Amino acid sequence: MSFTTTLTRSGNTVIITLVGELDATTAVAFRQEVDRAAEGDVETLVLDMKDLTYLSSAGLRGLVFAKQKMSDGVKIVLVKASDEVERTIRMVGFHHSVVFSDHVPG
Amino acid sequence: MTDVIRADLDWVDSFPTQQVAGYDVRPGRTMPFGATLVSGGVNFSIYSSAAKAVTLVLFKQGEPEPVAELPIPDEFRIGSVWSMTVFNLDYEGIEYGYRVYGPSEVDFRDRFDHTQILADPYARAFSGRNEWGQEPDRSNIYPYRSRLTFEDFDWEGDQPLRIPSVDLVIYELHVRGFTRDPSSGVAQPGTYAGLIEKIPYLKELGVNCVELMPVFEFDEFENSRINAETGERLYNFWGYSTVGFFAPKAGYAATGKFGMQRDEFKNLVKEFHKAGIEVVLDVVFNHTAEGNEYGPTIHFRGLDNRTYYMLTPEGFYYNFSGTGNTLNCNSPIVREYVLSCLRFWASEYHVDGFRFDLAAILGRGPDGAPLENPPLLESMAFDPVLTDCLLIAEAWDAGGLYQVGSFPNYRRWSEWNGKYRDTVRKWIKGDEGVVGDLATRLVGSPDLYWARGACSSINFITCHDGFNLADMVSYNDKHNEANGEHNNDGANDNNSWNCGAEGPTDDPEILRTRTRQMKNAMVLLLTSQGVPMILAGDEVARTQHGNNNAYCHDSELTWMDWNLVDENQEMLRFVSNMIAFRKAHPSLREGHHPHGGDPVGCGYPDVSWHGIRAWQPDWSPQSRLIAMMRNGHNIEGDDNHVYVASNTHWEDHRLELPGLPDGMRWHLFADTAAEAPADVAVPGREPVLADQHGISVGARSSVVLVGRAVAPS
Repeated sequence: MSFTTTLTRSGNTVIITLVGELDATTAVAFRQEVDRAAEGDVETLVLDMKDLTYLSSAGLRGLVFAKQKMSDGVKIVLVKASDEVERTIRMVGFHHSVVFSDHVPG
Repeated sequence: MTDVIRADLDWVDSFPTQQVAGYDVRPGRTMPFGATLVSGGVNFSIYSSAAKAVTLVLFKQGEPEPVAELPIPDEFRIGSVWSMTVFNLDYEGIEYGYRVYGPSEVDFRDRFDHTQILADPYARAFSGRNEWGQEPDRSNIYPYRSRLTFEDFDWEGDQPLRIPSVDLVIYELHVRGFTRDPSSGVAQPGTYAGLIEKIPYLKELGVNCVELMPVFEFDEFENSRINAETGERLYNFWGYSTVGFFAPKAGYAATGKFGMQRDEFKNLVKEFHKAGIEVVLDVVFNHTAEGNEYGPTIHFRGLDNRTYYMLTPEGFYYNFSGTGNTLNCNSPIVREYVLSCLRFWASEYHVDGFRFDLAAILGRGPDGAPLENPPLLESMAFDPVLTDCLLIAEAWDAGGLYQVGSFPNYRRWSEWNGKYRDTVRKWIKGDEGVVGDLATRLVGSPDLYWARGACSSINFITCHDGFNLADMVSYNDKHNEANGEHNNDGANDNNSWNCGAEGPTDDPEILRTRTRQMKNAMVLLLTSQGVPMILAGDEVARTQHGNNNAYCHDSELTWMDWNLVDENQEMLRFVSNMIAFRKAHPSLREGHHPHGGDPVGCGYPDVSWHGIRAWQPDWSPQSRLIAMMRNGHNIEGDDNHVYVASNTHWEDHRLELPGLPDGMRWHLFADTAAEAPADVAVPGREPVLADQHGISVGARSSVVLVGRAVAPS
């Protein structure tokens, strides 16, 4: 299973691009990336999901981790989450903690 | 910046000492029981008093055969507990279970069978019934599979609500039945997520506590069968038969197929709390889904049969539950199991309380005899984690033990007041010889709960068992043919009256009487002292077509029909206004029983009784008319007086009204004989009565008056 992340920082915005399959085995890599993102002054954390082919419940837990890792004021934006991912996030109530978007905020 | 003392303890016990079946392992921690994520691995711990060996069985999710079997080395056993930490597991993708080997010398009370794979009784999630109604694969060697779980839900500061008992209005509902019908209009019908969409409805109705029928993992296919007459598939719809005590039912979660039922249920509790509504779980600890000698082996039976079940001297199952077996609740092991389960739901899921199905069983000893001082009930009553939880007993069982009023309570337990239901039903249908008993029920059943207080009485007229409200006024007899048992199941003593025709009718007079009778019931329920409980759907007169035991139907018969919200707007308005009235009048819901004194110094006794003549109630056996006056303070702290007259006679009666202090007037809040919208007012905006000396109460009708100062014009 392949999963890669890239992290870019522009001002107070951190963008993590997720590519491949995010599940229990790859969630660790994601968490480490979130750890890195949390270093420094962050106002917005963008998770670009357009190339994410699969997100398991452990992957969703990674989002919870991201929320808890970031300080309270940090906005978390999910870009191009699939319908299923968005639906699941809503059903477990996590949508209060994130913003859905179709494009990476500029 | 303050220095924080930190220590990274991750390394403690986090390295393997040996390999079993190719997996890195080390001796585990005995506590807690179950499977716990620890640094680098998973700690498995399981107890059996007589087993000689235990093997951990691992499956890749959904695979028919195990991916590995790891015999737990005997040197890992401490006492009767086998524990092992397994490293580098894909904790999301595995399912686990155990093979338990019995001793070579067979004890007739045991049922060890290492050919079966047992579920973990402490498993916090199960797979196998992830989607409701999906036909199970009968060839599955391990149908209910234990799963590993995570404890990372973001509660955002949520806490149990701790609403004072005096203020509670409970609403009993079935998670699936409440929104499964397409008329619910929710995005995810029949699920926890769907129920969230109906929270605004419940808030508007005015209830502040939902009691959810069983949500612990159960199998809707248990005893599933086709009704030979109708061809309809029958299910275990209600779920009073637990498979997994620590796991929310996956099939009730829209996200069950992703294994996220725990998150979805937690979100449900969080959303209820945000709306100011408590969540009470109906829990079934009297028996399990393993049934009798012929039932399936799921966990307890193969793990430690003689510990977990009450057995006859011959080794058969006692059946005080009427369902095949009886959990041996007062054995020290099971007591601890039940307590840790309740603590888990209270702390991990933030639930506000529990209603215990057939709770009289929880007071029986291992031989089935009722105990004077049952250790389990005592432990629950004083448990530090459960301090704020409602503990509600269904204080009877199927073995004939009836303890309404005498349930071992430690001044802590409340009870479903079965006597309230029976008395009020008899009164409403016009039985003679009930009036004195009715009066006792209206003031919180002091004969039963004097020492404990009125809130120990959970007052109800209908619940999931028996007729619902619409059927109580539409049927004299049960009509359970659809259950496929030739109408032999279900209670026969319904204390119901069909108002002149059995079942559906076009007769407008009968229909009017039925509506009036339903309103009469709601008047009594919501002006009675104690905690009222309403059955979901009764507020819109939902019918179950005379079926008083619809446990096996997953169909329109049991689903809430949301079209009724419009069709029976009149009833809905009446009930929600009655709830609002109760809220506005603390004198109706005080914790102590009234005793005829004047504790607030308003010049009137806290309760007084009246008849055709004020201050002259008719207590004779033939009496079908009683009026109750409650005096105390309203919610603003001003003196106020509530007068409730109930006439179950088939003739109108004119009642002389008790006089009020100077400056106060009687106002008409409700008159069930009046056509809507005159049947009920908005609390606080009741019209003043033109005649302050008397009022006519119609045949089979109720009147509610409030005495207060005339509002300045």
